[in-house]
Amino acid sequence: MDFQSITFYFFATVLVASALGVITARNPVHAALLLVLAFFTCAGLWLLLQAEFLAITLVLVYVGAVMVLFLFVVMMLDINLDRMREGFWKWFPFGALLALVMLAEISMVLMGRKFSADQIPTPPLRAADYSNTKELGRLIYTEYVYAFELAAVILLVAIVAAIALTLRRRVGPRFMEPSEQVKVKRSDRVRMVSMPSEKKE
Amino acid sequence: MEYAQQLFGQFFGADWGSALFSLTKNLVLILAIVLPLLLSVAYLTLAERKIIAFMQIRVGPNRVTLFGIPWLAGWGQPMADAVKALMKEIIIPNGANKFLFIMAPILTIAPALAAWAVVPFSPEVVLADINAGLLYILAMTSMGVYGVIIAGWASNSKYAFIGAMRCAAQVVSYELAMGFALVCVLMMSHSLNLGDIVKGQEGGSFVNWYLIPLFPMFLVYFISGVAETNRAPFDVAEGESEIVAGFHVEYSGMAFTVFFLAEYSNMILVATLASLIFLGGWLPPFDIAPFTMIPGFIWLLLKIAFLLFFFLWFRATFPRYRYDQIMRLGWKVFIPMTLVWIVLLGSVMQLPASVLGSFPLNLWFH
Repeated sequence: MDFQSITFYFFATVLVASALGVITARNPVHAALLLVLAFFTCAGLWLLLQAEFLAITLVLVYVGAVMVLFLFVVMMLDINLDRMREGFWKWFPFGALLALVMLAEISMVLMGRKFSADQIPTPPLRAADYSNTKELGRLIYTEYVYAFELAAVILLVAIVAAIALTLRRRVGPRFMEPSEQVKVKRSDRVRMVSMPSEKKE
Repeated sequence: MEYAQQLFGQFFGADWGSALFSLTKNLVLILAIVLPLLLSVAYLTLAERKIIAFMQIRVGPNRVTLFGIPWLAGWGQPMADAVKALMKEIIIPNGANKFLFIMAPILTIAPALAAWAVVPFSPEVVLADINAGLLYILAMTSMGVYGVIIAGWASNSKYAFIGAMRCAAQVVSYELAMGFALVCVLMMSHSLNLGDIVKGQEGGSFVNWYLIPLFPMFLVYFISGVAETNRAPFDVAEGESEIVAGFHVEYSGMAFTVFFLAEYSNMILVATLASLIFLGGWLPPFDIAPFTMIPGFIWLLLKIAFLLFFFLWFRATFPRYRYDQIMRLGWKVFIPMTLVWIVLLGSVMQLPASVLGSFPLNLWFH
């Protein structure tokens, strides 16, 4: 076994272990952090495939931005595990069915003749100065330009929708009204509360 | 070098020898970058205290000397601070997530140091001369925010948590502006490799540096860099007057110091990148005799020191931004500004070759 395969098996083991951790971890923050680890090791595997642009973009976009926002939300949640487990058996048949369909789809793709290893030609080893980034840029803006622009427009629509949903205009100006301030009485602002003193436990 | 390689080959066999040799070689080279970096971090803290003291008409640290030499008074302060931090106890608060609490400082410092792998110090001196160098640095610096978020969450403290939340939103917002500012640089240099970007700025004098055609982008990049490193006036993640010390309020001793090291090495990284991609890196300001006699490495260091001075100056000068103002500056000022500049630059680059080849455009577009 040479150095490269050891690196591969190391990354692959960590990837599979952390991916399993994502779906088995009790704490959602742990699950999200394990997903970060999974993305990172996946980027390592892509680097081994000489796809350095995709690998770095995976880290930059998913690890650096998407998962940060994800963690942001997950950390804010107050999750009650008992309540989440309540409907387990009720939803189990549905979940099992979904899992079976996905399993069938994955095996159809992987077992199919078109994707078997001997059907896919081994990509040639590239020289060190071969720029993955340039090649991708050329393809995106020439051959796949319509698909690329379509994806961009869909994202733009999503951005506009998100802004439209959260846009709030202030009702009324933010000025002080001196006359109202002068008219204020003590009873409008201060409320006397009588609280019995608490005993030290 | 070749002798050592042969030795490895004989010892471990041909296949393993070369792999282990490059591993050992890279480890030595990594140390050659990290040790001077940590030393400059130590002295950057001293410089910060001295400079801010000067601006506030104080003296600053002036007690601890080096080797007992009187005129080096104050120069031993970073060493004394390091020893003090090492001796202190690391307290893990009750109810904290122990594993993540310890991991957080490590996750902060590791990307901060890893980003230095692709930084060139002169045309030949670079650890990893990879094609997508700039992207790699962006990816690494965006990893740094995890340390802060995890620290805030694992501390099981409200102040720390608020600091982490502020930091997450701030860093993600300013990363976009930073990335767009760098896109302009990539458009001009046709390369993601930092060495090639510096070579694209060659041409005789400082007029050829990308600072001149991309001046607004330099401002956006540098200010975003200040925000990204959570330095004043963008230090709401720490905000010592509002949330005590923000995300590292529960940290003590060496664990706290590691956060500090990461912050300062990130500062140096931002200054280094800005001098490489906007200020011509190791190129002298004029390509004539007295300037060319100084080695390029010294020029790079001078530029880095110059930009670092701004970091310290900002801290002594500006009051802290309010949180909503930070968001407004990032999303409503910087990002539209960079987008307009990208379109403008793209249009200029589409001009006919005769226009691009004439003065003054021929200074930057080749």
